[in-house]
Amino acid sequence: MPSTPYIANKPKDIPTPDELRARIPGWGVDFDPKDRPSYPKEVFDPAGTGAHWDYPEEQQNRECRERSIEHERLTPVFGTSAPLHGVSGAIRRYAYRYSEGRAAHWLILIFADRVDAWVSHGKSLASLRPDNPITETGVLSEGRRHGISSRLGKRRADVNHAWLDPIIVAGPWVAAGGVAVVAVRTLARRFRN
Amino acid sequence: MRAMVYRGPYKIRVEEKPMPTIEHPNDAILRVTTAAICGSDLHLYHGLMPDTRVGTTFGHEFIGVVEEVGSSVRNLVRGDRVMVPFNVYCGSCYFCARGLYSNCHNVNPNATAVGGIYGYSHTCGGYDGGQAEFVRVPFADVGPTIIPEWMDSEDAVLLTDALATGYFGAQLGGIVEGDTVVVFGAGPVGLYAAKSAWLMGAGRVLVIDHLEYRLEKARSFAHAETFNFAEYDDIIVEMKKTTDFLGADVVIDAVGAEADGNFLQQVTGTKLKLQGGSPIALNWAIDSVRKGGTVSVVGAYGPIFSAVKFGDALNKGLTLRMNQTPVKRQWPRLFEHIRNGYLKPNDIVTHRIPLEDIAEGYHMFSAKLDNCIKTLVIAHPS
Repeated sequence: MPSTPYIANKPKDIPTPDELRARIPGWGVDFDPKDRPSYPKEVFDPAGTGAHWDYPEEQQNRECRERSIEHERLTPVFGTSAPLHGVSGAIRRYAYRYSEGRAAHWLILIFADRVDAWVSHGKSLASLRPDNPITETGVLSEGRRHGISSRLGKRRADVNHAWLDPIIVAGPWVAAGGVAVVAVRTLARRFRN
Repeated sequence: MRAMVYRGPYKIRVEEKPMPTIEHPNDAILRVTTAAICGSDLHLYHGLMPDTRVGTTFGHEFIGVVEEVGSSVRNLVRGDRVMVPFNVYCGSCYFCARGLYSNCHNVNPNATAVGGIYGYSHTCGGYDGGQAEFVRVPFADVGPTIIPEWMDSEDAVLLTDALATGYFGAQLGGIVEGDTVVVFGAGPVGLYAAKSAWLMGAGRVLVIDHLEYRLEKARSFAHAETFNFAEYDDIIVEMKKTTDFLGADVVIDAVGAEADGNFLQQVTGTKLKLQGGSPIALNWAIDSVRKGGTVSVVGAYGPIFSAVKFGDALNKGLTLRMNQTPVKRQWPRLFEHIRNGYLKPNDIVTHRIPLEDIAEGYHMFSAKLDNCIKTLVIAHPS
């Protein structure tokens, strides 16, 4: 006779409620869906949120704030952590011409993120505090936090791709350095000729 | 003030930033005492989330002391010790009025598909986060709650996301008595989801990961059966075997965008950023749940398309449930569970570091060094 699921019975090896109650503190205390705070999914209770407005007063300095074109209007409140600026800002503003439903919107934003990082790294070289890849990547924790013993012999699944991370971090800089060397050599050769 | 600042993928540092200011009458400024690094912060750190701008401060799990309030704030005064949900929300829009605080429509001009989240890119509204000495908290009368006298500060900071999200993930599963519940991921959210599944009457709870020290925590903290997927040729077949080839009644994806287990998905999803993450855990969830079962997704994914096995989900008649957690809805019941001793959130905290060491904290967490499960960041020692 075949077993579940080829017959109607449920699996046999589920412990009884008494066994589980004895072993697990609080087993079943939220068994009734009414005790679960997100049941039902939607509960209409506008008075219960603490809001004392029908529509919030609008935050100031709204000019030039980018928004999704899926919004009818700029939201009354918004973050101001890093306003659009420079080349990356122009690229991002272009991305916001596309709706969230378009891949172009997100892929252009990711490209702008990379441009933002490259430009910021470049600018930092001319500042009093240039980017320091040793401290900023936190790689010194490899020595302080048992980097070798955390991996060796652990059969971790991430070791098959973690080697790509240093290439992702340093690769663009190595490539840019190579391009710079080739450019300087080319210019020098032309200058000599 | 001193604050963690993003400098580009895999690079952060602590630097001086201007103090946050009251930008709206219902704002508050908080002096952060403790923050935490969340697994989803790693998606930003790795450059996976679109519109993550250089100069942004991360951190959506934090508690602190009210330093200043705007002119319309009624419920808080300077000196109050408060915990802040990771959601920024207005409390009055169509969605907030229905309890969907994580889907607020009045706080994120950059996207309509997601609400506002502290320190989580401009795609989530462009708010600075709490891995800093001070942070701006919009809608101070709506989100923050005064930390009860009896509550441990570390438990309070864990309630701002990780615990609430794990508990919410178990609720999304619609667990009924005796259900077999599989949880993918033994990080903080997975551990809390596994623990919460018992509260809802699960008959078996199985946790899957590839990090043995986290599986050990799943056994001791969450009383779970554990499976290391790296030790099996095919974890899906193993799930079928252990459920009499029925499949689990409920599967919870508590991993999200950076799941391990498939090299191609990892490279296209997390290295080349051509997907909204590598949906390995989600695909395994679809494969290992039984026909007619429920998949709950609380692991975070990016907004770009992902290679998800949707055909199998259709053919199996699955219910897929997911959302960012409406955190404050979870708190009253979770407060009860903590007081009753059913949950002890800070049992999973492994590291406590000063703000100045946060770059090494991120690398440690990202590279899973030193048996790291949950790291707290001390901004102002209390």
